[in-house]
Formats: sequence, structure tokens, C-alpha cells
Amino acid sequence: MKRYFRYLKEYKLQCILGPLFKWIEAALELLVPLVMADIIDTGVAAGDIGYVLRGGGLMLLMGAVGFACALFCQRSASIASQGFGTNVRDALFAHINTLSYRELDKIGSASLVNRTVNDVNQMQSAVAMIIRLVVRAPFIAAGSVILCLVIDWQIGLIVLGVTVLVGLVLWLIMHKTVPYYSKNQKKLDRLAQIAGENLEGARVVRAFSNRENERARFDEAAADMLENSLKIGKISAWLNPLTYAIVNCGVALLLLVSGFKVDTGVLTNGEIIAVINYMAQILNAMIVISNLVSLFTKAHASMKRVSELFDTRSSMSEGGDAAFDLSAPALEMEGVSFSYAGTDRYSLRGVTLRVPQGATVGIIGGTGSGKSTLVSLLPRLYDAGEGSVRVFGHDVRDYPVRTLRAAFGMVPQNVQLFSGTVRSNLQWGRADADDAACEAALRIACADAFVAEKGGLDAPVGEGGKNFSGGQRQRLTIARALTGSPRILILDDSCSALDFQTDARLRANIAAMRGVTTVIVSQRASSIRNADVIYVMEDGKVVGQGKHAELYGACPLYKEICDSQSKVQEGESGNE
Amino acid sequence: MNEKREFKRGITRRLLHYIRPYRGYVVGATIFSLLYVAFVLVGPVLYGKAIDAMIGAGNVDFEAVYAMTAGFAACVLAAFVSQKLLGNCVNTLCYRLVRDLRKDAFASLTAARIRYIDTHAQGDVIARVVNDVDIISDGLLQGVAQLFTGVMTILATLVVMFVINYIVALVVVVLTPLSLFVAAFITKRTFKSFSRQVKVQGKLAAHVKEMLGGQKAVILFNQEEKSCKKFAEIDAHLYQIGWRAQYFSALTNPSTRFVNAVIYAFVGVLGAVFCILSDGGTLHLGAFELSGFTVGMLSVFLSYANQYTKPFNEVSNVVTQLQNAFASAARVFEVTDEPGEDLSGSARIGKVRGEIRIEHARFSYDPEKTLIEDLNVSVPAGSKVAIVGPTGCGKTTLINLLMRFYDLQGGRITVDGTDITSIPLDEYRKLFGMVLQESFLAGETVAWNIAYGNENATREQVEAAAKAAYCDFFIRNLEHGYDTVLSGNVSISQGERQLLCIARVMLADPPMLILDEATSNIDTMTEMRIQKAFRKIMRGRTSFIVAHRLSTILDADLILVMNEGTVIEQGTHESLMARRGFYYDLYNSQFAQ
Repeated sequence: MKRYFRYLKEYKLQCILGPLFKWIEAALELLVPLVMADIIDTGVAAGDIGYVLRGGGLMLLMGAVGFACALFCQRSASIASQGFGTNVRDALFAHINTLSYRELDKIGSASLVNRTVNDVNQMQSAVAMIIRLVVRAPFIAAGSVILCLVIDWQIGLIVLGVTVLVGLVLWLIMHKTVPYYSKNQKKLDRLAQIAGENLEGARVVRAFSNRENERARFDEAAADMLENSLKIGKISAWLNPLTYAIVNCGVALLLLVSGFKVDTGVLTNGEIIAVINYMAQILNAMIVISNLVSLFTKAHASMKRVSELFDTRSSMSEGGDAAFDLSAPALEMEGVSFSYAGTDRYSLRGVTLRVPQGATVGIIGGTGSGKSTLVSLLPRLYDAGEGSVRVFGHDVRDYPVRTLRAAFGMVPQNVQLFSGTVRSNLQWGRADADDAACEAALRIACADAFVAEKGGLDAPVGEGGKNFSGGQRQRLTIARALTGSPRILILDDSCSALDFQTDARLRANIAAMRGVTTVIVSQRASSIRNADVIYVMEDGKVVGQGKHAELYGACPLYKEICDSQSKVQEGESGNE
Repeated sequence: MNEKREFKRGITRRLLHYIRPYRGYVVGATIFSLLYVAFVLVGPVLYGKAIDAMIGAGNVDFEAVYAMTAGFAACVLAAFVSQKLLGNCVNTLCYRLVRDLRKDAFASLTAARIRYIDTHAQGDVIARVVNDVDIISDGLLQGVAQLFTGVMTILATLVVMFVINYIVALVVVVLTPLSLFVAAFITKRTFKSFSRQVKVQGKLAAHVKEMLGGQKAVILFNQEEKSCKKFAEIDAHLYQIGWRAQYFSALTNPSTRFVNAVIYAFVGVLGAVFCILSDGGTLHLGAFELSGFTVGMLSVFLSYANQYTKPFNEVSNVVTQLQNAFASAARVFEVTDEPGEDLSGSARIGKVRGEIRIEHARFSYDPEKTLIEDLNVSVPAGSKVAIVGPTGCGKTTLINLLMRFYDLQGGRITVDGTDITSIPLDEYRKLFGMVLQESFLAGETVAWNIAYGNENATREQVEAAAKAAYCDFFIRNLEHGYDTVLSGNVSISQGERQLLCIARVMLADPPMLILDEATSNIDTMTEMRIQKAFRKIMRGRTSFIVAHRLSTILDADLILVMNEGTVIEQGTHESLMARRGFYYDLYNSQFAQ
């Protein structure tokens, strides 16, 4: 918890003064019943109207001062907690941005988003409540009990007993309902799941004319949910009646005892009224405390999740300060092995390759054969476990990591565009790219026509680029990679949504670029058959390398892939 | 304005319709809530009398104290019981209503036309079925229950106060607008600043979701600093707006306490003065003469004054809740009102041979744009039809029409000579087996998914179908075999999913097929299995196959060439090549290199 104090540092004043002022308000509030008791016992008994009016004035004054104090406290709490939340969020987001692919894989993006948004919010409201209520509620509850004890210790004990009982009931009901609430969430998720399936799979449901069964499935889940809700309702419906009954049974007991006390002259009417008043305040305070407990339980869980994220450190060093040796081969790998976080299965094993500058390399293989893993080691998205990865003559770890990545234009398998404009997306490749550079990149990526149709470089791009079709998105990400005028271009299965015609045109455009080393990863034999060298991958290993014609004869896997994709045509090309 | 009221009235009427089966609970809730309010308010009157019976040392009427305390205890018990029963009634009513609404909304989804599903965002529709229904129950029922109890408490308090002493009661009434004014002021401010906050929060969440969702791209393009800077900017803006929103919403409690304190002070002073002025049984105020005021009565007033303003705050909360509930109800009823598919049809179909004719078909999604004009296709029973064309050429439109996901606007489609619109929809669709590229499987067990639409199938039949579709071996490798639930953490590849869909169709054994070949992202071995399974299942069945493989196309009895939404050429491979038209170009650019 200590580590979070520094995010509150600039709000020290608010954190001290806020609770202090809230405490003043609570103290004044506690005194009001005593003033009233005094009015009754002294003023009314003596028939002194002036005394009564002075007492009334005092109560109004106390109310007004209390109100002012409370306003100050709420303001302090709002500023401090919002400030705290802002600081933690900024720090957390910046921290996330230092993490590497390996950590991102482990945590997952949904969890990152959740922690940055919801968990920090939860912590923020906990800070607000600490300032606003942690002083007030226990103080009112304890203060009421103590003042009752001061008025009369036996009556005070009754009040204490009531307080303990109310506390017990609150704890018990909370304790009993918690498991049902977490079940409730699961059952709600199930309803959403079935509804989602019936939207996504609407055609399948209809094709099988399975309407009635789907309804039965949903109704069953809804009935299940109903049962659970009723259980929660049954338990929590006890809360208000029980606490009300306990407090008021206390009042009844109090009346009986007071009869004797008044008779012997140790208690006055005004004091009875004051005690009854305190009982009501205790009940309110106890309910606030029980809400606080559940809020803090949640906030604590959130804090643990956030701390876990802060404790996750990037596993990747910033690298050395080597400079590119442009006379060396563009890419080299020697005996490279790699496995992803959380598994001891090798995704790459003993990979060796060498790519001269300006060459075009094809990498082909089935799903999970390690193609994408291989190319992600080149711009150092991951560090190799064993062996060395060299770019332009030096180990990738010897370059400043940002300089190294800037030399690459990479088109990842999963297209990621960001909301903004076509231009703002292209400028990810190079921040100062001008219109001419952007347009040139679009032309090479065969994206100029549809971008022009949508309104040119200023055409808006929706979140994830969803206002473009799959093939258009792929071409935009290719253009983005090209905007940076990369020395090395990597296309990781990034033409899968393009028709063959466009795919071929695009490859021709890329091949025409001078001095750019190109790595094409694909499952389509046609995409890589013209490459200078083709690497065939299976199960993390390179099982064949060479030109198309050599490989077709020498590598059975390559032949199988080619044949499965177009039988007749391979027969024809075999006759060439 | 009038329209709006009419609209609200309509929604109220429909909600009442849903409540009708549970009217017993409504009656119960009303009765118990009235009883609860009465007992809660009578209680203090009785203990006030008990206090009055304790006049001072040596002057306590114990008989009266006992009687009044016993009466008070009885009131407490009665209030306890009625509050519990009130809670039970409201809860039961709420939860059952929620269930019924969900059930109807979902039933309407399963019957809805595909056009509705295609044109509405899934997340939004799910939210209507799941979340909006909860908002209705929260706002409408809990809200109405709270409102009712609150208003009853205020009214009953006023009545009791007027009976005891109308002057003190009048003072309370005069001070009442103060609490209303404060509540209204805060609600308005809070609402304004909150809606501003929600906007900025949404912006922040969108940035976080987008950037962290694409964090790998952020790293790849060295965009970390830029992303952090943008985040800090939005966050700073959120701070400015957020602390104010928080502050306004935090005003409610202290303000209520303050208004309470004012009322408490006024009542206390006035009551005390009246106690002094009371001369035995009467109170003289100039020309007025009231019944005497006692300390016990003062205690009653003070107890009321403490709780009096609470319902006012609740009422202002309830108003927002109610508005939300009406908005949600409108959204839910939009779903339940959605007209379903026309299931009727009188034609009897026995054994189907599978001869399909499309005659003078006319169709378009958007009445402004013509798509298919006068399409004629004749498919003899048992033949294999390949549909080819560039990306986005409208192959799904053809599937939509064949499956009657959309109906023709002119012309007709016949199966064995019978117009398909005259066949009952459910029976008609069962004539087709469909395997699409986005292989849809439900989050249930593998066996459940294979037996989809054939719930009477035995485990042996399921396994036989799986074997026939070459998926038995990978199913057995799953953790629980055929009983593995297909949720997010079970990893089966896209190709394997498609194999499961083929098994599903094999089990259903329909006379006609619609198949969609995968374009990519499937590894070679699975790909070959899918092709083998496709060939096996097509044997002897009229089949439409969206083709990406040359071998499939060359085998076809009929090729439909599609472009820009409609069929532009049809024939066999040889006849189409001889024509040297669109197919010829397509073939040369895509398949021969």
C-alpha cells in the first residue's frame, strides 16, 4: 500500500484537512442531542424561553458550521481522490508502455484495459471514501455509544449491545450473500453468451430450424438465474427489517429501564430523547460502515491487481549503441531457439538463415509452424532464447531498440489500425511523412484507389479501421509500414484477405522497390514462389530452403502444400 | 410533447401487462407498505406517551410506561413483519418480471428476420436482453416501491404531526420546500457535471482500449511516448471535470444533514416554547387555544424531523431511475416488437430429389440500388454448382436467397417444382445442410454441437458422424473428448471448427448442401481433410459450393460467375472459357499464373 502514498503527495493538505473538518462536523452533530436535552431539562423545566431560544440559535449555528466543514471536506476529498486516480492512471499507463511483447502475452490486453480503467477507479473511490467517511462513520457510532455511557452507564450498555447486534447482522447478511452475487454474475454472463450465440449464429440456428430448442436453452438459463436472484432476495430482504427491529427493541428496553431511572432521579426526559436520537444515528453509521467494508474489499482486490502490474518489469533491455553496417548481410540467424512465456515447448528450434541485402525471402508452413515467431525476433519484439539474431552485421541486442525497430517496416498478421485519419495512421510509420510520401506508400500498397474514393488522406478511420473492408485494412497496414521507408519489409501473412489479382499486383510493386530486403510470410504457395529464397517451416524447424523449382523436387512438405493449393496448375508448371 | 406522453403511456400499459400475472404481489406490496408506514409512524407516538408518563423523580406512572412500551414493542414487531413481507413481494415480483421480459425478448430474437440481425449491432442487442431488463426492474419496481413508501411516509408524517400540533406541523411544512430546493439544485448540477464526466471517461476508455488492444503495434512503431502523452492529456481533462462531478454528487449527504439540522432546531425550539407555554391541558397563543404540548410530543416531533427529509432525497433519485427505466423499456420492447419470420406455408413436400430452379429472380438489399435483375438458373437434381467471383462479389447474397434468409422481391425459386415460399419455413430450411466459413459453434460440448438440430441423435451416431468428417481423432485429443465445452480457452483451429460443422451436417443428412470453402489460415493437413470431407458429403446431393480451389471448380457441373452482387455468367468450365468473358479473365488472373 505504501507505494501509492507518493501519488497522494501533492494532496497532503487535502488528506489531512479533509478528515479533520469532517471530524469537526461529526463532533458538532453528536453534540446536538445534548443541547436539545439541555433545552428540555433546563429551559423547559425552568420555563425560561430565552434559554430555549439561545439553545435553538446554538443548534442552528452548529448545523451551519458543520455544513461548511462538510463542504470543505467533500471538496478536499474530491480533489485528492481524483488527483490520486489521475496520477496512478498516468503512471500505470506509462508503465504498461515500457513492457515488451513477452509481458503483454502473459497479461493479455483485456486485463490491461480493465486494470487501467476499472481497478484504478475502484482505488480512487476508496481514497475518496477514506477521506469522507472513514473518520466520520466510526466516530459517530463510537461517539454515540460513549456519550450514552456518559449519560448513564447502564443505558450506555444497552446501546452498546444494540450496536454490536446490528454489526453482527450486517456482517452475517453480507457474508451470506457474497457467494450468490458472484454466482449471479456468472449466470448473467451465460444469458449474454446464449443471446450472443443466437445473433452470431442466427443463420445456423435458422438453417437447422432449431428455434424452439434455443428458446428452451435460454429459458433454462433464465430460470436458473431467477432461482439464484430469489435466494439473494430472500437473504437481503432481512437486512432492513432486522436492523430496524434490533434498534427499536433497544428503544423499548431503554424505556423500561428509564422508568426506574427517572423515578429515582438519575435520568431526565431530555436525556432519554437524546439517547433515542443517538440510536438512530448509530444505525445510519453502521450501515455506512458495512458499505465501506465491501467497498474496501473490492478496492483492495483492485489494488493487488494494479500492484501486480506495476511489479511486472520489461524483460527486454534497451540495447547497446551499435550502428548499422550496411555492407553486412541484412538478416542472419544462427542456431536460434525460442519459446513463449509460460510454456517450455519450443516454438523455434535451431533456426539458421542468412539473407543478403535487397533479397526477397519467402517463409511458408502450416499454422503453428513458427513462421510468425521467426519474423518477430528480427525487429526484437522478442529476444531469442538461444542462438544469435543479427541485423546488418550486429547482434540485435547491440542496437538501441528503437533505432533497430525504425529500420523495419512490419505488417503484422492481425491488422491493427487506429482511429483518426488515413494520414494519422500512415504517420505511425514516420511522424513527419508528408503527403507525397503517404501517397507513394498508398500507391505501392494498391490502396490509392479506395483511399481516394473515401476522401483521400483525410478520410476518417474508425476504431480498429472498421469502416474499411478486411482487404482494405490489410493494404492500409502495408502502406503504413512503407511510409517509414524501411530497409527491411516484413509481410506476415498480410495478404490473406486480398484476391489473387491484387495480391499479385502488390507483390510486383514491392519487388520493384530498390534496396529493400523483403520477408514474405504466407500460407499461399503462389505468394512466395518468386522469392529469391524460400524457407519451409514445420514444427519450429526449417525443413527446406531454396528456390521454388529446387524445393518442389527436394522438399516433400513444400510439394504437398503447393499441390493442395492448386493441383492442375502445378502439373503444368512442372513441365516448364 | 403529446406524442411523448402517448409513448410513455404505451410503455406503461405494456409493463402493466407483464405485471398482471403477479398482481397478487402488487396488492401485497401496497398493503404491506401502508402497514409498514403506519406502524413505523405510530411507534414514536407511543414512546412519546411513555416519556410523558415519566414526569420526574418519584413521579413516574409505571402502569402507563409499561402499557405504552408494550404497545411500542408491538408496533415494532408489526413494522418488522410488514417490512419483511414488503421486501419479499417486491423482490419476487421484480425477479419474475425480469425473467419473463428476458424470455420474450429472446424468443423474439430467435424468430427475428435475418435482416434485423444483419443490421443491428450485436453488443447493443445483447445489452437490451441482458442489461436493460435489469434497469427496468431496478428503476420501475424498486423505484416505484421506494417512491410509494417515501410519499406515504411524508403524507402520514404530516397527518400525525397536524393531529398532535398543527402549528409545529405548519412550520415543518413551510420548511419543506427548502429540502426540495436543495435536492433539485444538487440533482441538476450533478446531472450536468456527470454527463460531462461520462463523455470524457468514455474518451479515456476508448483510448485505453484502442491503444492497449493494439499495444504490440504501438511498440512496433515506437509510438509509446505519443500514446502516453495523449493519455495524460485526456486524463488531465478528466481530472478537471471529474473532481467537480465528484464534489457535486458528494454534496447530497451533507446538505440533507444540514436541512435536517435546521428543521430539527426549529421544531425543537418551537416545541420547547410550547411546552413552557402549555398550562396543564391547554396551550394559549393569543386568541388560539390548542391542546397542551408535552415533552413526549416533542420527542415524537424530533424523531420525525430526523427522518422527514430522507424521502425527499430518495424521490429525486427515483426520478432519474424512472427515466432510465422508461428508456430501457422502450429499448426492450423494440426487440419484442420486432416482427418474426413468416413460418406459414401449406405445400407438402415428401422425399426431395433436389432439382432447383431460379426463375426471373429480382432482389436487392437497398430499394435504391438494383442488385439482381431477372436471374435464371436451373440446377438438375444431384449436381454440383460452383460459385466463383472476386472478393465481395455477392456470393453470400445467393446463399441468403437459397436459404430464405432474405426473400425475393420478384420471380421465384422452386425445389422439385414447388415454390419455396409455399413450403413451411422450418421444413424448407431443413432440406439444406450449410457449412460456412465463419464456422459457428455454441459454447456447449462438442457432442452437443455435432448433434445440433438432431437432439435425438445417440452418442454412437454423433461419433460416427465425427469419424466420417475426419474430426474424431482431434476430438479425442481434447481434454474431455466429446464432452469438452467449447469455450474461449479450448483451442481448436479454424479448420477444425469447420470440420465439426461438416460433422454436424453429416448427422443431419439433408438432401441439399451449401458449402463455403476456406480461403486461408488453415494448415495443409486440415485443409486436405476438409476437402476430402466436402467431397464425401457432396456425393449424390445437390450442392452449392463457394469455390476458391481450382479442383473444385473444374469438377463442377455448373459454374455461377458472380460480380458486383449478381450472376453475370453461367455454364461449365469449358463453355465459360470458350466465351472469353469475365470468367476467362478471372481464371487467367487468379488460377493460372
